[in-house]
Amino acid sequence: MRPLYENLPFICMFIAIVCGVLSAVIRDGQKAYRLALTMTAAIAVLSAILLYCLYTENVSFVYSMGRFAAPYGNAIKAGPLQALMATAFAIVMGLSLLGGGQSLFHDILPEKQGLYFVMTDLLLAGLLALVYTNDMFTGYVFIEITTIAACALVMAKDTGPNLIATIRYLFMSLLGSGLFLIGLTLLNSITGYLLMEPLAKAVAILAELGQYHRPLIVSIGLMVVGLGIKGAMFPFHLWLPDAHGGATTSSSAILSGLVLKGYIMLLITLMTRVFGLELTREVGVSNILLTLGLLGMIFGSLAAMREYHVKRMLANSSVAQIGYIFMGLGLGTEAGIAAACFHILVHATCKPLLFICAGRLSTVSGHHRSLKNLRGSAYRDVAAGVGFTVGALSMIGIPLLGGFVSKLYLSEAALDSPFMAVVLLTIAASTVLNALYYVPAILAIWVRPPWEEARIILLDVKPEETRFDRLFFFAAAVFICLIFLLGIVYHPILNIIRVGIQLM
Amino acid sequence: MLEAISQNRFAVVAVILFGIGLLNMMLQQNLLKKVIGFSIMDSAVFLLLASLGYIEGHGAPIVEEGNVNASLYINPIPSGLVLTGIVVSISVTAFSLALIQRIYRHYGTIELTELLERAKKEED
Repeated sequence: MRPLYENLPFICMFIAIVCGVLSAVIRDGQKAYRLALTMTAAIAVLSAILLYCLYTENVSFVYSMGRFAAPYGNAIKAGPLQALMATAFAIVMGLSLLGGGQSLFHDILPEKQGLYFVMTDLLLAGLLALVYTNDMFTGYVFIEITTIAACALVMAKDTGPNLIATIRYLFMSLLGSGLFLIGLTLLNSITGYLLMEPLAKAVAILAELGQYHRPLIVSIGLMVVGLGIKGAMFPFHLWLPDAHGGATTSSSAILSGLVLKGYIMLLITLMTRVFGLELTREVGVSNILLTLGLLGMIFGSLAAMREYHVKRMLANSSVAQIGYIFMGLGLGTEAGIAAACFHILVHATCKPLLFICAGRLSTVSGHHRSLKNLRGSAYRDVAAGVGFTVGALSMIGIPLLGGFVSKLYLSEAALDSPFMAVVLLTIAASTVLNALYYVPAILAIWVRPPWEEARIILLDVKPEETRFDRLFFFAAAVFICLIFLLGIVYHPILNIIRVGIQLM
Repeated sequence: MLEAISQNRFAVVAVILFGIGLLNMMLQQNLLKKVIGFSIMDSAVFLLLASLGYIEGHGAPIVEEGNVNASLYINPIPSGLVLTGIVVSISVTAFSLALIQRIYRHYGTIELTELLERAKKEED
């Protein structure tokens, strides 16, 4: 008799899909909203239980779906790392919906609100499947499901620029998944498998014998580039600022915090479980990831510095932060991947916090978005001001906050790399660049503008919008606690990640 | 050389089609043409997949009662993948067409360069 907790990953995905279908039937925005929140809470609890069981027993397991046994059937595989990510994804999704709730119901037409939550529910199902899948083709199918749901989240606001941002995002994503699919086809044609474990064995044999060397490299390259495009790797990030910056607050938080991470988790699974780190280093994929990651760290920040629109600034900063993650993966060592996974958690808590705080600050300032018009807005909602400050300081890398720890571990992982000097210098430069746009933003929201200017802005503010928002306050407080948690008690979390990578 | 090409004719055609689709998707400014490029790209992948599972002279893998002989059939897994892939491709195409229609109603054009200019003006 196998332990009962092995059913949990499947149950989580199933709950998410069922809730998505239910929301489509309910159609009432408020009810669907509550359903989505309950669902994320339930999935977070179930995933946390799974994490506890797997971590204490130090195991990972394969759970076959359907009647066909390996190597033909479909399967999911869960270990401590997957359970940790699933827990984090569910928590962040719930908090992003809570924090952006007010502007969500303001931005989206009432008759479309129910449908929005269909998309969030399906998105969570897609992300969980990307984390848990043990089958390449299932991975591809859920990449597409996640893409469609994410595009729908971008276009939910239904303004002109939004639609254009969506179509650009959609085409870029389709390009990425097309490349992934043809890479998958090539790999399947030279190995004959789709399930990850037999595939890994076949790949190892091919690599050892030197057979089909070129098709192997091409297929690895296509899959990595495909996932890189979807994960906003530099220079394939041009769709991101408009898509993430223009969407409604919750969408921006979910897209930046979670959707990119789902694809990156699949990439990590491929690198560790299927190809093996040695092979990725050998064929040069690691070096490409490292180079593009480093470039992303610099150019993302440079683009953010030029931005005056607060949400687009945050979106450009995401490009830089994703650069850190790709850089960690590009080191091609377990330490690098562990640091990258930790940075995934850090960015998944900081960026949604920044987005919901920026959204709240712009709500209390009459829906103005440019930093100039947000001056002094932190005094109109102190919680949002504090949240924005904590998030920004964490992104810069101030000690006691999560961002510091991930930078520390990324640098430590870089010490063994042949490119140590370049990596360390880039981390230092990127930290300075981060400070160069986050510090002015923090100053802007805390410094009171001259009275005449403030009065013009206050004319646009509706009194009911400045009322204390309980749900937002709760979400921001939890996010701040999580950032401090990641910055102070990072040891157990890194331990889970390390054990998880061992048990991939 | 020629023999190698004729042996791999499906793969060669698939790669050419994939290239045509990819370039159309990247370079065309008309949104509809981009969707067509995407369709061509996906068809190329399906052609490649279907040809990989095909074994000369073998039949469709429909198993009759009491007669299970694997050497009679083609490899069914790639065909299954093609079916799933077609479903995915159709839904994505439908979604993008709906989106393009919405953009056209909003702006009256589906040329990407023009749209980007208009969006920029709208934001300023």
